[in-house]
Amino acid sequence: MIVGNRKDFKEILEKLGPRRRVLVLGCNECVTVCGVGGEREVGVLASELRLFWKKEGETFEVREHTLERQCDCEYIDQIRGFADEYDVILSMACGAGVQYVSEAYKTKLVLPAVNTTFLGVTIEQGVWSERCQGCGACILDMTAGVCPIARCAKSLLNGPCGGSSGGKCEIDNETDCAWQLIVDRLKESGQMERYEEILPVKDWRSGREGGPRKRVREDLKL
Amino acid sequence: MKTNSRIEKILGQGGFVVTSECGPPRGADSEVVRKKGELLRGVVDAVNVTDNQTAVVRMSSLAACAILKGMGLEPILQMVCRDRNRIALQSDILGAAALGINNVLCLSGDHQKFGDHPQGKNVYDIDSIQLIQTVCRMRDEGRFLGGEEIKGKPLMFVGAAENPFADPFEIRAARLGKKMKAGCEFIQTQCIYNMERFSRWMEMVCERGFHEKCAVLAGVTPFKTAGMANYMKKNVPGMDVPDEMIERMKGVPKEKQAEEGIKICVEQIQQLREIPGVRGIHIMAIEWEAKVEEIVKAAGLFPRPEIE
Repeated sequence: MIVGNRKDFKEILEKLGPRRRVLVLGCNECVTVCGVGGEREVGVLASELRLFWKKEGETFEVREHTLERQCDCEYIDQIRGFADEYDVILSMACGAGVQYVSEAYKTKLVLPAVNTTFLGVTIEQGVWSERCQGCGACILDMTAGVCPIARCAKSLLNGPCGGSSGGKCEIDNETDCAWQLIVDRLKESGQMERYEEILPVKDWRSGREGGPRKRVREDLKL
Repeated sequence: MKTNSRIEKILGQGGFVVTSECGPPRGADSEVVRKKGELLRGVVDAVNVTDNQTAVVRMSSLAACAILKGMGLEPILQMVCRDRNRIALQSDILGAAALGINNVLCLSGDHQKFGDHPQGKNVYDIDSIQLIQTVCRMRDEGRFLGGEEIKGKPLMFVGAAENPFADPFEIRAARLGKKMKAGCEFIQTQCIYNMERFSRWMEMVCERGFHEKCAVLAGVTPFKTAGMANYMKKNVPGMDVPDEMIERMKGVPKEKQAEEGIKICVEQIQQLREIPGVRGIHIMAIEWEAKVEEIVKAAGLFPRPEIE
Protein backbone atom coordinates (compact mmCIF):
# COMPACT_ATOMS: atom_id res chain seq x y z
CA MET A 1 0.00 0.00 0.00
CA ILE A 2 0.95 3.65 -0.33
CA VAL A 3 1.95 5.11 3.04
CA GLY A 4 1.96 8.78 3.98
CA ASN A 5 2.14 11.24 6.88
CA ARG A 6 -0.22 14.09 7.47
CA LYS A 7 1.36 17.50 7.18
CA ASP A 8 1.64 19.64 10.32
CA PHE A 9 -1.40 21.71 11.09
CA LYS A 10 0.73 24.86 10.95
CA GLU A 11 1.93 24.07 7.44
CA ILE A 12 -1.63 23.34 6.30
CA LEU A 13 -2.79 26.70 7.73
CA GLU A 14 0.04 28.51 5.94
CA LYS A 15 -0.86 26.87 2.64
CA LEU A 16 -4.52 27.79 3.08
CA GLY A 17 -3.59 31.45 3.55
CA PRO A 18 -6.68 33.66 3.69
CA ARG A 19 -9.01 30.98 2.27
CA ARG A 20 -11.78 29.99 4.67
CA ARG A 21 -14.16 27.93 2.53
CA VAL A 22 -12.50 24.54 2.57
CA LEU A 23 -13.55 21.14 1.27
CA VAL A 24 -11.51 18.52 3.14
CA LEU A 25 -11.42 15.53 0.81
CA GLY A 26 -10.47 12.06 2.06
CA CYS A 27 -9.76 8.83 0.22
CA ASN A 28 -10.99 5.41 1.24
CA GLU A 29 -7.98 3.48 -0.05
CA CYS A 30 -4.35 3.26 1.12
CA VAL A 31 -4.40 6.47 3.16
CA THR A 32 -7.36 5.10 5.13
CA VAL A 33 -5.49 1.88 5.92
CA CYS A 34 -2.41 3.78 7.10
CA GLY A 35 -4.58 6.14 9.16
CA VAL A 36 -3.66 9.38 7.44
CA GLY A 37 -6.39 10.47 5.02
CA GLY A 38 -9.58 8.43 5.48
CA GLU A 39 -12.96 9.50 6.79
CA ARG A 40 -11.74 9.60 10.38
CA GLU A 41 -8.71 11.75 9.62
CA VAL A 42 -10.83 14.06 7.46
CA GLY A 43 -13.03 14.58 10.52
CA VAL A 44 -10.04 15.30 12.73
CA LEU A 45 -8.50 17.85 10.36
CA ALA A 46 -11.85 19.54 9.71
CA SER A 47 -12.44 19.86 13.47
CA GLU A 48 -8.95 21.28 13.98
CA LEU A 49 -9.64 23.93 11.35
CA ARG A 50 -13.06 24.79 12.74
CA LEU A 51 -11.80 25.06 16.31
CA PHE A 52 -8.83 27.19 15.31
CA TRP A 53 -10.80 29.65 13.20
CA LYS A 54 -13.62 29.83 15.76
CA LYS A 55 -11.09 30.80 18.41
CA GLU A 56 -9.74 33.45 16.04
CA GLY A 57 -13.27 34.76 15.55
CA GLU A 58 -13.24 34.11 11.82
CA THR A 59 -16.05 33.24 9.42
CA PHE A 60 -15.48 29.92 7.69
CA GLU A 61 -17.06 26.92 6.06
CA VAL A 62 -15.41 23.54 6.29
CA ARG A 63 -17.01 20.53 4.62
CA GLU A 64 -15.93 16.93 5.07
CA HIS A 65 -16.16 14.42 2.29
CA THR A 66 -14.43 11.11 1.59
CA LEU A 67 -14.32 9.46 -1.81
CA GLU A 68 -13.97 5.77 -2.51
CA ARG A 69 -10.79 6.65 -4.42
CA GLN A 70 -9.11 9.82 -5.63
CA CYS A 71 -7.23 8.01 -8.37
CA ASP A 72 -10.31 7.23 -10.52
CA CYS A 73 -12.32 9.91 -12.28
CA GLU A 74 -15.69 8.22 -11.72
CA TYR A 75 -15.31 8.88 -7.98
CA ILE A 76 -13.74 12.30 -8.37
CA ASP A 77 -16.80 13.37 -10.40
CA GLN A 78 -18.98 12.78 -7.36
CA ILE A 79 -18.04 16.16 -5.86
CA ARG A 80 -18.83 18.10 -9.02
CA GLY A 81 -22.14 19.30 -7.64
CA PHE A 82 -20.65 21.19 -4.69
CA ALA A 83 -16.91 21.64 -5.29
CA ASP A 84 -17.53 25.12 -6.67
CA GLU A 85 -18.87 26.33 -3.34
CA TYR A 86 -15.38 26.14 -1.85
CA ASP A 87 -12.22 28.23 -2.28
CA VAL A 88 -9.99 25.23 -1.93
CA ILE A 89 -10.01 21.44 -1.96
CA LEU A 90 -7.72 20.13 0.74
CA SER A 91 -6.93 16.61 -0.43
CA MET A 92 -5.88 13.99 2.08
CA ALA A 93 -5.04 11.40 -0.58
CA CYS A 94 -1.58 10.38 -1.78
CA GLY A 95 0.21 12.55 -4.34
CA ALA A 96 -1.53 10.68 -7.17
CA GLY A 97 -4.95 11.52 -5.77
CA VAL A 98 -4.13 15.19 -5.19
CA GLN A 99 -2.98 15.53 -8.80
CA TYR A 100 -5.94 13.70 -10.27
CA VAL A 101 -8.44 15.84 -8.35
CA SER A 102 -6.53 18.90 -9.49
CA GLU A 103 -6.71 17.74 -13.12
CA ALA A 104 -10.48 17.25 -12.82
CA TYR A 105 -11.11 20.68 -11.24
CA LYS A 106 -8.83 22.92 -13.23
CA THR A 107 -10.20 26.21 -11.91
CA LYS A 108 -9.99 25.11 -8.27
CA LEU A 109 -7.03 25.34 -5.94
CA VAL A 110 -6.24 21.81 -4.75
CA LEU A 111 -3.78 21.54 -1.86
CA PRO A 112 -2.08 18.47 -0.36
CA ALA A 113 -2.62 17.77 3.34
CA VAL A 114 -0.46 14.64 3.27
CA ASN A 115 3.18 13.88 2.49
CA THR A 116 3.26 10.67 0.46
CA THR A 117 6.22 8.60 1.61
CA PHE A 118 6.51 5.03 0.37
CA LEU A 119 5.12 1.71 -0.82
CA GLY A 120 5.13 -0.50 2.20
CA VAL A 121 3.56 -2.94 4.60
CA THR A 122 1.99 -2.84 8.06
CA ILE A 123 4.51 -4.19 10.55
CA GLU A 124 2.12 -3.85 13.50
CA GLN A 125 -0.72 -1.53 14.48
CA GLY A 126 0.62 1.97 13.80
CA VAL A 127 3.93 0.88 12.23
CA TRP A 128 4.63 0.74 8.50
CA SER A 129 7.80 -0.04 6.64
CA GLU A 130 9.04 0.55 3.10
CA ARG A 131 9.33 -2.45 0.78
CA CYS A 132 9.24 -1.35 -2.87
CA GLN A 133 10.38 1.55 -5.04
CA GLY A 134 8.55 0.52 -8.18
CA CYS A 135 11.72 0.13 -10.27
CA GLY A 136 9.73 -1.72 -12.92
CA ALA A 137 12.05 -4.77 -13.13
CA CYS A 138 11.67 -6.95 -10.05
CA ILE A 139 14.78 -8.79 -8.83
CA LEU A 140 13.34 -10.33 -5.66
CA ASP A 141 14.02 -13.81 -7.06
CA MET A 142 17.73 -13.01 -6.93
CA THR A 143 17.83 -11.43 -3.48
CA ALA A 144 16.00 -13.99 -1.34
CA GLY A 145 12.81 -11.95 -1.35
CA VAL A 146 14.35 -8.81 0.21
CA CYS A 147 14.62 -5.75 -2.03
CA PRO A 148 18.01 -4.03 -1.72
CA ILE A 149 16.87 -1.17 -3.96
CA ALA A 150 14.15 -0.13 -1.54
CA ARG A 151 15.71 -1.32 1.69
CA CYS A 152 19.45 -0.67 1.44
CA ALA A 153 20.26 3.02 2.04
CA LYS A 154 22.66 2.81 -0.94
CA SER A 155 20.50 0.48 -3.08
CA LEU A 156 23.50 -1.84 -3.41
CA LEU A 157 22.90 -4.83 -5.65
CA ASN A 158 26.05 -6.46 -4.28
CA GLY A 159 26.07 -5.61 -0.61
CA PRO A 160 26.52 -5.34 2.26
CA CYS A 161 28.77 -2.30 2.44
CA GLY A 162 31.35 -1.84 5.17
CA GLY A 163 28.87 -0.02 7.38
CA SER A 164 26.69 -3.02 8.29
CA SER A 165 26.95 -3.62 12.02
CA GLY A 166 25.03 -6.02 14.24
CA GLY A 167 22.36 -6.42 11.57
CA LYS A 168 21.78 -2.68 11.33
CA CYS A 169 22.49 -0.07 8.68
CA GLU A 170 25.19 2.59 9.08
CA ILE A 171 22.62 5.38 8.75
CA ASP A 172 20.98 4.53 12.09
CA ASN A 173 20.66 1.56 14.38
CA GLU A 174 16.88 1.41 13.97
CA THR A 175 17.19 0.48 10.29
CA ASP A 176 17.80 -3.15 9.38
CA CYS A 177 20.67 -3.84 6.99
CA ALA A 178 18.92 -5.22 3.91
CA TRP A 179 21.95 -7.31 3.03
CA GLN A 180 22.07 -8.86 6.49
CA LEU A 181 18.43 -9.87 5.90
CA ILE A 182 19.32 -11.27 2.47
CA VAL A 183 22.26 -13.27 3.85
CA ASP A 184 20.09 -14.58 6.71
CA ARG A 185 17.37 -15.72 4.28
CA LEU A 186 19.91 -17.31 1.93
CA LYS A 187 21.32 -19.21 4.88
CA GLU A 188 17.90 -20.26 6.18
CA SER A 189 16.90 -21.56 2.77
CA GLY A 190 20.20 -23.35 2.17
CA GLN A 191 21.19 -21.14 -0.78
CA MET A 192 24.33 -19.46 0.54
CA GLU A 193 26.17 -20.27 -2.70
CA ARG A 194 23.92 -17.70 -4.37
CA TYR A 195 25.71 -14.97 -2.41
CA GLU A 196 28.75 -15.58 -4.62
CA GLU A 197 26.88 -14.48 -7.75
CA ILE A 198 27.54 -10.92 -8.86
CA LEU A 199 24.33 -9.11 -9.68
CA PRO A 200 24.77 -7.24 -12.96
CA VAL A 201 24.49 -3.48 -13.48
CA LYS A 202 20.81 -2.59 -13.48
CA ASP A 203 18.92 -1.17 -16.42
CA TRP A 204 17.03 1.64 -14.72
CA ARG A 205 14.95 2.53 -17.76
CA SER A 206 11.97 0.59 -16.43
CA GLY A 207 11.96 2.91 -13.43
CA ARG A 208 11.58 6.64 -12.96
CA GLU A 209 14.90 7.20 -14.76
CA GLY A 210 13.22 6.25 -18.02
CA GLY A 211 10.85 9.19 -17.64
CA PRO A 212 7.26 9.30 -16.38
CA ARG A 213 5.67 5.91 -16.83
CA LYS A 214 2.39 4.96 -18.43
CA ARG A 215 0.82 1.55 -18.77
CA VAL A 216 -1.61 0.69 -21.54
CA ARG A 217 -3.51 -2.61 -21.56
CA GLU A 218 -5.28 -2.87 -24.89
CA ASP A 219 -7.14 -5.97 -23.71
CA LEU A 220 -8.80 -4.01 -20.92
CA LYS A 221 -9.66 -0.86 -22.85
CA LEU A 222 -13.32 -0.21 -23.65
CA MET B 1 52.01 -6.18 -16.31
CA LYS B 2 48.76 -4.66 -17.38
CA THR B 3 49.53 -1.11 -16.37
CA ASN B 4 52.25 1.35 -15.40
CA SER B 5 51.18 1.18 -11.78
CA ARG B 6 54.01 1.29 -9.30
CA ILE B 7 52.10 -0.97 -6.90
CA GLU B 8 51.41 -3.51 -9.63
CA LYS B 9 55.15 -3.58 -10.37
CA ILE B 10 56.19 -3.98 -6.74
CA LEU B 11 53.65 -6.75 -6.21
CA GLY B 12 54.79 -8.32 -9.48
CA GLN B 13 58.38 -8.54 -8.23
CA GLY B 14 57.14 -10.09 -4.98
CA GLY B 15 57.61 -6.94 -2.92
CA PHE B 16 55.74 -5.68 0.14
CA VAL B 17 53.71 -2.55 -0.67
CA VAL B 18 53.29 0.52 1.53
CA THR B 19 50.58 3.03 0.72
CA SER B 20 49.23 6.02 2.54
CA GLU B 21 46.50 8.55 2.16
CA CYS B 22 46.03 12.22 1.37
CA GLY B 23 42.70 13.85 2.13
CA PRO B 24 42.13 16.83 -0.21
CA PRO B 25 41.37 20.19 1.42
CA ARG B 26 38.00 21.80 1.89
CA GLY B 27 38.99 24.57 -0.46
CA ALA B 28 40.76 25.38 -3.70
CA ASP B 29 44.27 25.81 -2.29
CA SER B 30 46.56 23.42 -4.16
CA GLU B 31 49.40 24.17 -1.70
CA VAL B 32 47.66 22.01 0.92
CA VAL B 33 47.88 19.00 -1.40
CA ARG B 34 51.51 19.80 -2.29
CA LYS B 35 52.50 20.04 1.38
CA LYS B 36 50.92 16.67 2.14
CA GLY B 37 52.53 15.22 -0.97
CA GLU B 38 55.97 16.45 0.15
CA LEU B 39 55.54 14.67 3.48
CA LEU B 40 54.88 11.39 1.68
CA ARG B 41 57.40 11.64 -1.15
CA GLY B 42 59.72 8.63 -1.17
CA VAL B 43 58.18 7.37 2.06
CA VAL B 44 55.39 5.26 0.54
CA ASP B 45 54.86 3.59 -2.85
CA ALA B 46 51.51 5.17 -3.64
CA VAL B 47 49.09 7.64 -2.13
CA ASN B 48 45.32 7.24 -1.97
CA VAL B 49 43.39 10.41 -2.60
CA THR B 50 40.04 10.25 -0.89
CA ASP B 51 36.81 11.09 -2.71
CA ASN B 52 34.70 13.41 -0.54
CA GLN B 53 35.26 11.10 2.41
CA THR B 54 32.50 10.89 5.02
CA ALA B 55 30.38 12.69 2.42
CA VAL B 56 32.00 16.05 3.19
CA VAL B 57 32.67 18.27 0.16
CA ARG B 58 36.35 18.61 -0.65
CA MET B 59 38.57 19.31 -3.62
CA SER B 60 37.91 16.55 -6.15
CA SER B 61 39.98 13.41 -5.85
CA LEU B 62 40.87 13.60 -9.55
CA ALA B 63 42.23 17.16 -9.26
CA ALA B 64 44.28 16.34 -6.16
CA CYS B 65 45.59 13.18 -7.88
CA ALA B 66 46.73 15.31 -10.83
CA ILE B 67 48.60 17.66 -8.47
CA LEU B 68 50.37 14.74 -6.78
CA LYS B 69 51.16 13.14 -10.15
CA GLY B 70 52.70 16.42 -11.25
CA MET B 71 54.99 16.22 -8.23
CA GLY B 72 56.15 12.76 -9.27
CA LEU B 73 54.12 10.80 -6.73
CA GLU B 74 52.00 7.74 -7.55
CA PRO B 75 48.36 8.54 -6.75
CA ILE B 76 45.51 6.08 -6.24
CA LEU B 77 42.24 7.66 -7.36
CA GLN B 78 39.47 6.81 -4.92
CA MET B 79 36.05 6.75 -6.56
CA VAL B 80 32.77 6.41 -4.71
CA CYS B 81 29.49 5.42 -6.33
CA ARG B 82 27.50 7.84 -4.18
CA ASP B 83 27.92 10.99 -6.24
CA ARG B 84 28.22 9.97 -9.91
CA ASN B 85 26.32 7.80 -12.31
CA ARG B 86 27.88 5.43 -14.85
CA ILE B 87 28.37 8.23 -17.37
CA ALA B 88 30.35 10.45 -14.99
CA LEU B 89 32.32 7.57 -13.47
CA GLN B 90 33.51 6.28 -16.84
CA SER B 91 34.28 9.79 -17.96
CA ASP B 92 36.45 10.41 -14.89
CA ILE B 93 38.26 7.10 -15.42
CA LEU B 94 39.19 8.20 -18.93
CA GLY B 95 40.25 11.58 -17.58
CA ALA B 96 42.38 10.01 -14.86
CA ALA B 97 44.12 7.70 -17.33
CA ALA B 98 44.77 10.67 -19.62
CA LEU B 99 46.46 12.45 -16.69
CA GLY B 100 48.74 9.46 -16.13
CA ILE B 101 46.97 8.16 -13.04
CA ASN B 102 47.54 4.41 -12.89
CA ASN B 103 45.45 3.24 -9.95
CA VAL B 104 41.81 3.38 -8.99
CA LEU B 105 40.09 2.29 -5.78
CA CYS B 106 36.40 1.44 -6.24
CA LEU B 107 34.18 2.21 -3.24
CA SER B 108 30.51 2.51 -2.32
CA GLY B 109 31.12 5.66 -0.27
CA ASP B 110 29.75 6.71 3.11
CA HIS B 111 26.08 7.65 3.13
CA GLN B 112 25.52 11.39 2.69
CA LYS B 113 23.82 11.43 6.07
CA PHE B 114 27.28 11.62 7.68
CA GLY B 115 28.44 14.62 5.71
CA ASP B 116 27.87 18.33 5.38
CA HIS B 117 25.04 17.99 2.84
CA PRO B 118 22.69 15.43 4.39
CA GLN B 119 19.86 17.01 2.38
CA GLY B 120 21.43 15.77 -0.86
CA LYS B 121 20.33 12.96 -3.12
CA ASN B 122 22.63 9.98 -3.62
CA VAL B 123 23.21 8.26 -6.93
CA TYR B 124 24.26 4.61 -6.57
CA ASP B 125 23.54 3.92 -10.21
CA ILE B 126 26.12 1.12 -9.92
CA ASP B 127 27.79 -0.33 -6.82
CA SER B 128 31.47 -0.78 -5.98
CA ILE B 129 31.66 -4.34 -7.35
CA GLN B 130 30.03 -3.24 -10.58
CA LEU B 131 32.47 -0.31 -10.75
CA ILE B 132 35.37 -2.79 -10.54
CA GLN B 133 33.80 -4.71 -13.44
CA THR B 134 33.32 -1.49 -15.37
CA VAL B 135 36.94 -0.33 -15.07
CA CYS B 136 38.26 -3.81 -15.91
CA ARG B 137 36.00 -4.00 -18.95
CA MET B 138 37.17 -0.57 -20.12
CA ARG B 139 40.79 -1.61 -19.72
CA ASP B 140 40.72 -5.23 -20.87
CA GLU B 141 37.99 -5.26 -23.49
CA GLY B 142 38.20 -1.62 -24.50
CA ARG B 143 34.44 -1.27 -24.11
CA PHE B 144 32.20 1.08 -22.19
CA LEU B 145 29.42 -0.36 -20.05
CA GLY B 146 27.05 0.55 -22.84
CA GLY B 147 29.03 -1.65 -25.23
CA GLU B 148 30.64 1.02 -27.42
CA GLU B 149 34.33 0.73 -28.22
CA ILE B 150 36.85 2.91 -26.39
CA LYS B 151 39.56 4.57 -28.42
CA GLY B 152 42.51 4.63 -26.04
CA LYS B 153 41.97 2.16 -23.21
CA PRO B 154 42.42 3.43 -19.63
CA LEU B 155 45.25 1.34 -18.16
CA MET B 156 44.31 1.32 -14.51
CA PHE B 157 45.37 -1.04 -11.74
CA VAL B 158 42.10 -1.78 -9.99
CA GLY B 159 41.57 -1.96 -6.26
CA ALA B 160 38.80 -1.89 -3.71
CA ALA B 161 38.31 -1.76 0.03
CA GLU B 162 37.03 -4.43 2.33
CA ASN B 163 35.99 -4.22 5.94
CA PRO B 164 36.75 -7.44 7.85
CA PHE B 165 35.00 -5.91 10.87
CA ALA B 166 31.62 -5.28 9.33
CA ASP B 167 28.77 -7.76 9.57
CA PRO B 168 27.77 -10.38 8.66
CA PHE B 169 31.27 -11.73 9.33
CA GLU B 170 30.75 -15.06 7.58
CA ILE B 171 30.37 -13.45 4.14
CA ARG B 172 33.25 -10.98 4.48
CA ALA B 173 35.79 -13.29 2.83
CA ALA B 174 33.24 -14.29 0.18
CA ARG B 175 32.69 -10.60 -0.50
CA LEU B 176 36.38 -10.16 -1.19
CA GLY B 177 36.01 -13.18 -3.48
CA LYS B 178 33.25 -11.39 -5.38
CA LYS B 179 35.47 -8.34 -5.80
CA MET B 180 38.27 -10.56 -7.03
CA LYS B 181 35.89 -12.26 -9.47
CA ALA B 182 34.88 -8.80 -10.69
CA GLY B 183 38.54 -8.15 -11.52
CA CYS B 184 39.88 -6.47 -8.38
CA GLU B 185 43.67 -6.78 -8.09
CA PHE B 186 44.31 -5.26 -4.69
CA ILE B 187 42.37 -4.65 -1.51
CA GLN B 188 42.99 -2.08 1.17
CA THR B 189 41.24 -3.00 4.41
CA GLN B 190 39.42 -0.85 6.91
CA CYS B 191 41.61 0.21 9.88
CA ILE B 192 42.60 -2.88 11.81
CA TYR B 193 42.60 -2.75 15.61
CA ASN B 194 41.11 -6.16 16.38
CA MET B 195 44.02 -8.35 15.33
CA GLU B 196 42.28 -11.58 16.24
CA ARG B 197 39.29 -10.92 14.00
CA PHE B 198 41.50 -9.75 11.16
CA SER B 199 43.59 -12.94 11.39
CA ARG B 200 40.45 -15.07 11.23
CA TRP B 201 39.27 -13.15 8.16
CA MET B 202 42.66 -13.49 6.51
CA GLU B 203 42.59 -17.24 7.16
CA MET B 204 39.21 -17.46 5.40
CA VAL B 205 40.62 -15.44 2.49
CA CYS B 206 43.70 -17.67 2.18
CA GLU B 207 41.71 -20.91 2.56
CA ARG B 208 39.81 -19.99 -0.57
CA GLY B 209 42.97 -18.79 -2.34
CA PHE B 210 41.67 -15.26 -2.92
CA HIS B 211 44.97 -13.75 -1.70
CA GLU B 212 46.80 -15.19 -4.71
CA LYS B 213 44.89 -13.14 -7.25
CA CYS B 214 44.09 -10.14 -5.13
CA ALA B 215 46.78 -8.58 -2.95
CA VAL B 216 45.59 -7.66 0.54
CA LEU B 217 47.08 -4.47 2.00
CA ALA B 218 46.27 -4.25 5.70
CA GLY B 219 44.95 -0.86 6.85
CA VAL B 220 46.20 0.91 9.98
CA THR B 221 45.39 4.28 11.53
CA PRO B 222 47.46 5.68 14.41
CA PHE B 223 45.53 7.22 17.30
CA LYS B 224 46.46 10.81 18.15
CA THR B 225 44.63 10.77 21.47
CA ALA B 226 42.57 8.46 23.68
CA GLY B 227 39.59 10.62 22.73
CA MET B 228 40.09 9.77 19.07
CA ALA B 229 40.21 6.04 19.87
CA ASN B 230 36.96 6.37 21.76
CA TYR B 231 35.35 8.41 19.01
CA MET B 232 36.29 5.87 16.36
CA LYS B 233 34.87 3.03 18.41
CA LYS B 234 31.58 4.80 19.02
CA ASN B 235 30.95 6.93 15.94
CA VAL B 236 32.69 5.54 12.87
CA PRO B 237 30.57 2.95 11.04
CA GLY B 238 32.15 -0.48 10.77
CA MET B 239 35.04 0.21 13.16
CA ASP B 240 36.10 -2.39 15.73
CA VAL B 241 38.34 -0.91 18.44
CA PRO B 242 38.95 -3.32 21.36
CA ASP B 243 38.54 -1.79 24.85
CA GLU B 244 42.08 -2.73 25.89
CA MET B 245 43.43 -0.48 23.13
CA ILE B 246 41.43 2.48 24.45
CA GLU B 247 42.59 1.65 27.97
CA ARG B 248 46.21 1.59 26.80
CA MET B 249 45.81 5.07 25.27
CA LYS B 250 44.04 6.36 28.39
CA GLY B 251 46.77 4.95 30.63
CA VAL B 252 49.28 7.42 29.19
CA PRO B 253 49.39 11.16 30.11
CA LYS B 254 47.79 13.40 27.47
CA GLU B 255 51.06 14.85 26.18
CA LYS B 256 52.43 11.34 25.59
CA GLN B 257 49.33 9.92 23.88
CA ALA B 258 50.38 10.79 20.33
CA GLU B 259 53.67 8.99 20.88
CA GLU B 260 51.83 5.97 22.29
CA GLY B 261 49.49 5.98 19.29
CA ILE B 262 52.46 5.79 16.92
CA LYS B 263 54.00 3.02 19.02
CA ILE B 264 50.80 0.97 18.87
CA CYS B 265 50.62 1.51 15.12
CA VAL B 266 54.19 0.31 14.57
CA GLU B 267 53.55 -2.78 16.71
CA GLN B 268 50.43 -3.50 14.68
CA ILE B 269 52.34 -3.25 11.41
CA GLN B 270 54.90 -5.71 12.73
CA GLN B 271 52.15 -8.16 13.70
CA LEU B 272 50.36 -7.70 10.38
CA ARG B 273 53.53 -8.45 8.39
CA GLU B 274 53.62 -11.87 10.05
CA ILE B 275 50.08 -12.79 9.00
CA PRO B 276 50.12 -15.08 5.95
CA GLY B 277 48.67 -13.49 2.84
CA VAL B 278 49.26 -9.84 3.81
CA ARG B 279 51.06 -8.20 0.85
CA GLY B 280 51.36 -4.69 2.14
CA ILE B 281 50.32 -1.99 4.59
CA HIS B 282 48.01 0.94 4.02
CA ILE B 283 48.67 3.73 6.53
CA MET B 284 45.72 6.06 6.99
CA ALA B 285 47.17 8.82 9.18
CA ILE B 286 44.13 11.07 9.18
CA GLU B 287 45.32 14.72 8.98
CA TRP B 288 48.63 13.44 10.37
CA GLU B 289 50.65 12.83 7.21
CA ALA B 290 53.73 14.26 8.97
CA LYS B 291 53.98 11.06 11.01
CA VAL B 292 53.90 8.57 8.15
CA GLU B 293 57.66 8.72 7.57
CA GLU B 294 58.34 8.01 11.24
CA ILE B 295 55.93 5.06 11.21
CA VAL B 296 57.35 3.56 8.01
CA LYS B 297 60.93 3.88 9.31
CA ALA B 298 60.14 2.54 12.78
CA ALA B 299 58.34 -0.44 11.22
CA GLY B 300 61.46 -1.27 9.20
CA LEU B 301 59.76 -0.60 5.86
CA PHE B 302 62.23 2.03 4.69
CA PRO B 303 63.71 2.57 2.12
CA ARG B 304 60.99 1.75 -0.40
CA PRO B 305 61.97 -0.53 -3.27
CA GLU B 306 63.27 0.80 -6.57
CA ILE B 307 61.41 -0.25 -9.68
CA GLU B 308 62.53 -0.31 -13.27
